Amino acid sequence: MISNNYTAANRRRYSLAESFHIDVPLMIGLLLTAALGLVILYSAGNQNEAIIYRQLTRLAVAFGIMVVIAQIPPQQLRFWTPWLFAIGIVLLIAVLAFGEGKGVSRWLDLGFVRFQPSEIIKITLPMVLAWYLADAPLPPKPSRVMVCIILIIVPTLLIAKQPDLGTSLVIASSGVFVMLLSGIRWRYIFSAMLAAIAAAPALWYFMHDYQRQRVLTFLNPEQDLLGSGWHIVQSKIAIGSGGIYGKGWLNGTQSHLEFLPERSTDFIFAVFGEEFGLMGILVLLTLYLFIIARSLYISAQAQNTFGRLVGGSIAITFFFNIFVNIGMVTGLLPVVGLPLPLVSYGGTSMVTLMIAFGILMSLHTHRKLLSQ
Amino acid sequence: MNTSTTQISSAWRNHFLLGVLLLAAAMLMWRMVDLHVLRHDFLQGQGNARSLRTVSMAAHRGMITDRHGEPLAISTPVDSIWANPQVLSLHRDRLADLAKALGKDTDDLQQLIGSKRKREFVYLKRHSHPDRVQKVMALNIPGVALQREYRRYYPSGEVTGHLVGFTNIDDVGQEGVELVYDDLLRGVPGSKHVVKDRLGRIIKNIDSIKLPEPGGVLVLSIDRRIQYLAYSELKKAVLKHKAKSGSAVVLDVVTGEVLAMVNQPSFNPNNRRKLKGRNYRNRAVTDVFEPGSTLKPFTVAAALESGKYKPSTSVNTSPGYFKVGSNTVRDSHNLGTIDVATILQKSSNVGASKMALSLTPEQHWHMLARMGFGEVTGSGYPGESSGMLSDYRKWREIDRATLAYGYGISTTLLQLTQAYSILANDGIARPIKLTRVDDLKYVRDQQQRVIESSTAKQIRRMLQRVVEPGGTGTRAAIKNYHVAGKTGTVRKSGVGGYLEDRYLSLFAGIAPATNPRLAMVVLINEPNNGDYYGGVVAAPVFSNVIAGALRLLNVSPDNLPEAHSPLLKVAGGRS
Repeated sequence: MISNNYTAANRRRYSLAESFHIDVPLMIGLLLTAALGLVILYSAGNQNEAIIYRQLTRLAVAFGIMVVIAQIPPQQLRFWTPWLFAIGIVLLIAVLAFGEGKGVSRWLDLGFVRFQPSEIIKITLPMVLAWYLADAPLPPKPSRVMVCIILIIVPTLLIAKQPDLGTSLVIASSGVFVMLLSGIRWRYIFSAMLAAIAAAPALWYFMHDYQRQRVLTFLNPEQDLLGSGWHIVQSKIAIGSGGIYGKGWLNGTQSHLEFLPERSTDFIFAVFGEEFGLMGILVLLTLYLFIIARSLYISAQAQNTFGRLVGGSIAITFFFNIFVNIGMVTGLLPVVGLPLPLVSYGGTSMVTLMIAFGILMSLHTHRKLLSQ
Repeated sequence: MNTSTTQISSAWRNHFLLGVLLLAAAMLMWRMVDLHVLRHDFLQGQGNARSLRTVSMAAHRGMITDRHGEPLAISTPVDSIWANPQVLSLHRDRLADLAKALGKDTDDLQQLIGSKRKREFVYLKRHSHPDRVQKVMALNIPGVALQREYRRYYPSGEVTGHLVGFTNIDDVGQEGVELVYDDLLRGVPGSKHVVKDRLGRIIKNIDSIKLPEPGGVLVLSIDRRIQYLAYSELKKAVLKHKAKSGSAVVLDVVTGEVLAMVNQPSFNPNNRRKLKGRNYRNRAVTDVFEPGSTLKPFTVAAALESGKYKPSTSVNTSPGYFKVGSNTVRDSHNLGTIDVATILQKSSNVGASKMALSLTPEQHWHMLARMGFGEVTGSGYPGESSGMLSDYRKWREIDRATLAYGYGISTTLLQLTQAYSILANDGIARPIKLTRVDDLKYVRDQQQRVIESSTAKQIRRMLQRVVEPGGTGTRAAIKNYHVAGKTGTVRKSGVGGYLEDRYLSLFAGIAPATNPRLAMVVLINEPNNGDYYGGVVAAPVFSNVIAGALRLLNVSPDNLPEAHSPLLKVAGGRS
């Protein structure tokens, strides 16, 4: 009875969430994770309330932008995709020419706002690939694959040149995820892998010294304990000393005694691991996996190729971010400067992330409208 | 067909991607289990190794007080600023700020950190002023930290400088009773576990492994009031007579306690920066001198004990000198035939020599040895001299003659005071104590009769005449009290014999003479302002100090004039 009434009402009048195009499970997952992030940030930031207020403001802005994006129908997004991508590429070139930053040029100052153009590419590269691939039947023909590869390589190189290895890696991967989701043939995948292995020495040659150092350090962190190995060893100690149940909130010694570098930003996961232990990490990873599962579900429910490809890419890229950050902090991967999504202190990447989830929500909530 | 294979392959591919995803998640999870569970102990140990430290806690050094609990040395907590050069040398840009806050030269600091950069510890400022500590720590420079220490403070300053001594910057006794009783005062440092951050700052104390045991309180026998009095009177006399140095010791003859021990020149133990070695010698125990005429009472004691003499026995001192071999013993003028008492009163060298020569050398030696000459007093004071009393079997006649009036023997001021305290005690010797005696039973167990009670009393009575009109020590007299004493004016010996114009002025005395409580010897070294007689230079110091001390100690007068006695008689009449 009640359920019938509910569905009937649902047909006629939309719930509040629906009228604002919000996917409630995804929203809950994101809010819970962000809340957990604030809790650990309070500890990592030495209980500095100013940091919490600033992060709270950022979260509010980012969630606001997500809701705004969610209102835009997917067709609109699809229409604007190539233009946004083009603007992103232009800005990337501009940032190389006029950018500012600490010895690296990542930031563009537009007078009223400073931002990293690479963030635009993070969003628009998977979108532009989906836009391009959705035009023709899948799997794509070799010529279209070639175009895609160029679309991936150009921004990747521009960003790598800034230099921002971490971001360029994430962006290239997000492009590759679209390709994989598009169902390109295995032989392309294998040959790309072979090419990557063959290119590794060349890549080594083009790397900056500090990047090479990071790779060497990753391979043998104990070799340079006082230098770049310090980060890894300290974060492993922080996590490991937490044990199964952790040392308790605000009680992490390694982090609070300043043995742990970058503890509010890239290495915040180590603080989490030290204070909340294995159990806390299980909770955090469960939240993340829930968000990823919901995102994959949304993209699977998408009614066109563009939606499926964009949604799937967002979900996998989100996972990739988490994997790289945690892998880095726990010493599984070399140190690349990637924040832990929704938890690390910092603004730009959070906005980008929430735009992506806004797109996911738009895909999902507008689908129902379309189906009517 | 085509679409179905595409769908199949697409579905398979999606499953494959999902699998990869889950595999990656599983990898992370395994890594977590690995770190959190399997390697937990190792990593925990590593973490502790980075932050847990055992540090020692300085023990509070015990207080030194006078006999009434007035502090003579107290320890107050201070902070010392230290640095870990290994860390600090990584922050060379901060050195200028640090140097400014420390009040040091930047270049000097640069050099210090540079030369010690392989080390992990260097003091920047020991015992720093709190303001400075605050300023330096406010800079928050990595590798700079504090260490709690104790600084010694001596409220009585130069008045007790020699006696109390001092500690070095590490709080270890270096001189005086600080050195003698170091084991008692020192305490046992403790240790504790602390959490230190990367900059070496102590974040919190976890637990104490061992609490520091504070050192014991040392109660000295000194009466600070008498010490002050003796110090100021001695200083006045030394200044007045332009003397090179001076010393004085006041003993409580009943207990053997040292009530005051002062020297000039002195030093301020709170600020030893400009200290010269000659200033911090506790001359009263370290320096020896020939006692001169102040030794005559002991010659007389030997004569009385031999049975050959009585106080009234006459000795012919005419014509004021007599020859011993090729040497001549002289008096200042011809005193004619006088009794033993007058020999002391007028301080006749000839009389004393003649008495000594009539005794066996062994008798004479025994008396002096029993009086403690040639042997340290047992006060335990560091660097105490024993003085010199040579073997009587090697004495020539002239040695025996001069020994009678105090030449050819050396003594410290403390020894001489001890010898007079035996006369005061009716012939009983008691150990000299620098610490307060709380149990008189202990004193009685240690005491020892060295001369007959009657001998001591007779000598005291004769010595009273020294202070009475006609004696050499009239200026030592104290109103309302009988004083027994002896002056001494000693020609100093130097290279090639005795020197012409260099004298020691001495006065040794006992008060009240009829019921002794205090013994004091005053020594003024090389007075250089005309006067040099012990009765002129040293005796007034005795009088002023002992008069004050008797009053402070509430000692009943033994020489009240008749006009004052009615009150006492009324009191007596009642009982």
